[in-house]
Amino acid sequence: MSLSLKNISKRVMGEDHLQDVTLTLTRGTVNVLLGPTLAGKTSLMRLMAGLDKSTAGTMSFDGHDITGLPVRKRSVAMVYQQFINYPTLSVFENIVSPLRVAGLSKAEIETRGQEAAALLRLTPYLQRTPLQLSGGQQQRTAIARALVKGADLVLMDEPLANLDYKLREELREELPRIFGATGSIFVYATTEPTEALLLGGHTATLWEGRVTQFGRTADIYRVPQDLITAKVLSDPPLNTVSVWKSGNTYRLPDGTQFETGRFAVPDGAYIFGFRAHHAALTESGLGHLNLSGHVAVSEITGSESYIHVDAATDRWVALARGVVKVDPGAPIRLSLDPKRLYLFSPAGVLVEAADAALAA
Amino acid sequence: MARIDLQDLAHSYHPNPASDADYALKPMTRTWDDGGAYALLGPSGCGKTTLLNIISGLIIPSRGKILFDGADISTLPTEKRNIAQVFQFPVIYDTMSVYDNLAFPLRNRRVPEKEVDARVREIAGMLDLGRDLSRPATGLTADAKQKISLGRGLVRSDVSAILFDEPLTVIDPHLKWELRSKIKELHRRLPLTLIYVTHDQTEALTIADQVVVMYDGGVMQSGSPEDLFERPDHTFVGKFIGSPGMNILPCRLDGTTATVGDQAIAVPNVGRPTGNGPLELGIRPEYVTLAPVGIGLPVQIKRIDDLGRSRIARVELSGQALIATVPEGASITGTEASVLLDPRALHLYEGGFRRAPTQEVRPQEVHHG
Amino acid sequence: MDKTENNKAWWLVLPVFLVVAFSAILPLMTVVNYSMQDTFGNNQFFWNGVGWFIELLDPSTDLGGRFFDALWRNLMFSGIILAIEVPLGIAVALAMPRQGWTVAACLIVMALPLLVPWNVVGTIWQVFARSDIGLFGAVVNGLGIPFNYSQNALSAWVTIVLMDVWHWTSLVALLSYAGLKSIPDAYYQAARIDGASGWAVFRKIQLPKMRRVLLIAVLLRFMDSFMIYTEPFVVTGGGPGNSTTFLSIDLVKLALGQFDLGKAAAVSIVYNLIILAVCWVFYTVITQMDAKGRRS
Repeated sequence: MSLSLKNISKRVMGEDHLQDVTLTLTRGTVNVLLGPTLAGKTSLMRLMAGLDKSTAGTMSFDGHDITGLPVRKRSVAMVYQQFINYPTLSVFENIVSPLRVAGLSKAEIETRGQEAAALLRLTPYLQRTPLQLSGGQQQRTAIARALVKGADLVLMDEPLANLDYKLREELREELPRIFGATGSIFVYATTEPTEALLLGGHTATLWEGRVTQFGRTADIYRVPQDLITAKVLSDPPLNTVSVWKSGNTYRLPDGTQFETGRFAVPDGAYIFGFRAHHAALTESGLGHLNLSGHVAVSEITGSESYIHVDAATDRWVALARGVVKVDPGAPIRLSLDPKRLYLFSPAGVLVEAADAALAA
Repeated sequence: MARIDLQDLAHSYHPNPASDADYALKPMTRTWDDGGAYALLGPSGCGKTTLLNIISGLIIPSRGKILFDGADISTLPTEKRNIAQVFQFPVIYDTMSVYDNLAFPLRNRRVPEKEVDARVREIAGMLDLGRDLSRPATGLTADAKQKISLGRGLVRSDVSAILFDEPLTVIDPHLKWELRSKIKELHRRLPLTLIYVTHDQTEALTIADQVVVMYDGGVMQSGSPEDLFERPDHTFVGKFIGSPGMNILPCRLDGTTATVGDQAIAVPNVGRPTGNGPLELGIRPEYVTLAPVGIGLPVQIKRIDDLGRSRIARVELSGQALIATVPEGASITGTEASVLLDPRALHLYEGGFRRAPTQEVRPQEVHHG
Repeated sequence: MDKTENNKAWWLVLPVFLVVAFSAILPLMTVVNYSMQDTFGNNQFFWNGVGWFIELLDPSTDLGGRFFDALWRNLMFSGIILAIEVPLGIAVALAMPRQGWTVAACLIVMALPLLVPWNVVGTIWQVFARSDIGLFGAVVNGLGIPFNYSQNALSAWVTIVLMDVWHWTSLVALLSYAGLKSIPDAYYQAARIDGASGWAVFRKIQLPKMRRVLLIAVLLRFMDSFMIYTEPFVVTGGGPGNSTTFLSIDLVKLALGQFDLGKAAAVSIVYNLIILAVCWVFYTVITQMDAKGRRS
């Protein structure tokens, strides 16, 4: 079972909402649509659901063309950011409402309703009404209703965005288990890179209506094909610095030079990319790239410290283990293992990724 | 500038509160230093918003007093309190330009136009809004609008405290980094007491010097991010701070040996339990390391999550769920493994409350710069 | 957001199309037909081309003078009632409570005049304003101010304007109230912190947020007042003299009183075109405001 989108575009009143999207989503997987607000996540979901028509491109399900097929004729279920339930019905009736509409037998409704409730850990609350539940439980009810009909395609549009941080964490942890227990194709939109990584599965990164990359989430985290993908799927965003390569020498904007034989590419302008937690605050390692700047702000999370560094042309974030106290304005050096560097062209296309084993 | 004192402060939405349960905010007394950065952190309904509304003057407390620099302001209206506030959703005067938005609080107070201009340009510069000053405020992005709301608060020189009510709710993750560091920078440059309300622990810990963890109308613990992370006073704080939160395992205790299921674990000496509630062992996932079979306590692996920069393992220790960190480069396959617990990071809880060891061990602190 | 198209849905429009065809398009064609002809009764018609229209648009002719007089009265009436009802409605909305049981009570009281049929409103005011037995008319006369709507043009106008204000201000107030309710509390809180005066809050927050509903209120009130017929017909019958003879009243006089079907048809077409033009102006303004709102 698979859903294929080929060269899908969507224009509304002269504005491109989606451009040339090609994706293949397979059964039993979760597919995260990751991107900032207005990147096109919701537009893409509405097309997949059959709520909107694409302006160009085709969509097929298991080889059958379903482009333009209206939502009523598709097997889809949707969960929204807002907790949408029938306020006067009990939790159980909320969950089984799609089955009642479908006119299933009483016994079947009972078993399938109980199954879905158990999967979402709602069994103790079945007789309550949604308004007597916490936000997390209300959203669980909405998810159970989406799962109960066994739709081929389950679309979730930022389902955890309206929940408190800890409730979000709790539900996020359970979702992979829930996805695994059903046989649907899941599509999950979010703005948070950490959420995409936690859910596992596949991710399509969206930027201004285009899918910049699609693949296994961990893979595209390690080998992002361009700077935009790297920034979208990295929290804190990937740090960058422009360099000029001549031979094995790389000149940085502040004039310092750095030697490495790692990249066998022609001379010219490039961009180094590096992750926050790879920038060490101690000057260590022979042949490491040393970057200098001034501390802008430091943030302590209890176990780690984020140091925001102002450099000649960029602002970087470095992540250090433990509580590191640095004074704002103080000069600071960051040390980088060249094996952990990403090399991008000035246009932002990946030239060489960090060494696979060290790219995490 | 203001020191803020809360004296036996409490609030109930009931006219005649009978029991503790009737209080949305239970009686509390504390002092917040001039120029400090404080975060009120807790889940919905913990009383953090009630407390914020008392400080801003939206609610008059049903009990106790609130003082700014020693002066009782409990019943003073908002506009007389010299506070600024940034809300969850950006508040923008739609019909005005960015410049006029920023100038609004000053013009309302009849500040001379020359002074207004200087101040608006200074604040706009700090917020990187300099180039947008002549644009209408209504067409901007959410983060720019939130900066304007912030700027309107900061533009007055007489503001002594700035309140934030979950200001990053509508901001995309990659912009949260920028805005958060902006708030920190501004707080450093301007003489303000900062109070930040949120349910997001990352925001609370990174913004504030002191985080007040609230639950059910009361304060569970107030301390530096490091205190809350390394020495949570209560299992609630242990779970609420950190992502994922602290592992809490029911245990038995015999001297300096805690037993979880059938596994014995050496723990610091915390004296004899008093019998006030069940005993639990707490350790943060960051201090539990996954190792091959036979090295540490035996566990069964349920799932390993690859978070990109780190991997976390969800395992079972004697039937108890436990989260462990997978070291970089480690390749552990199959379901059988073991875990190593950092002895300095083990905590014992009785009835939910931490029992401090007779000799407290503090993890190392690094100092740079 | 555009929805998926289902072409079968067009069949659902068919009954409405038929009803509109029979109730509007066919009668309209008849009117266009009449407007090109003259009649002297006995169902005898003579072709007149655009003759009536030329006469109508020339104020120096009998028909044109009469038309422009009535049009002028209409515009004046609409202008006066808008100038009174819009500010008054906003003021009432601002004075209404925001929460508690009084909200419901206020809403019901406000809705009451809206539920009264036009001719009943006319009858109520016809009696209420009578100089001999009407409470209002008698009291004003008692105060030494001469007031008689059947003798004095000013009295007649005052009566009709007051009647309209009484009948329709609550519509403006209810719409404004809905606009006010949609402003989040954070705006008021922020304005207090910014030290904004009550007037500044009104100018910078409340009025901008009410702009859209106010535009709709103005549109509704303009259209309704421009087409006013029943109330002045019941109260003054268009008098004294022609002082309250509005376009609609004049039209009825022409068509049913004098049986000048051709002239009446021409008047009604021009009357219609004016209304359409005003509608179009409002439509453009509202859609432009929406487009601006979406971009932000």
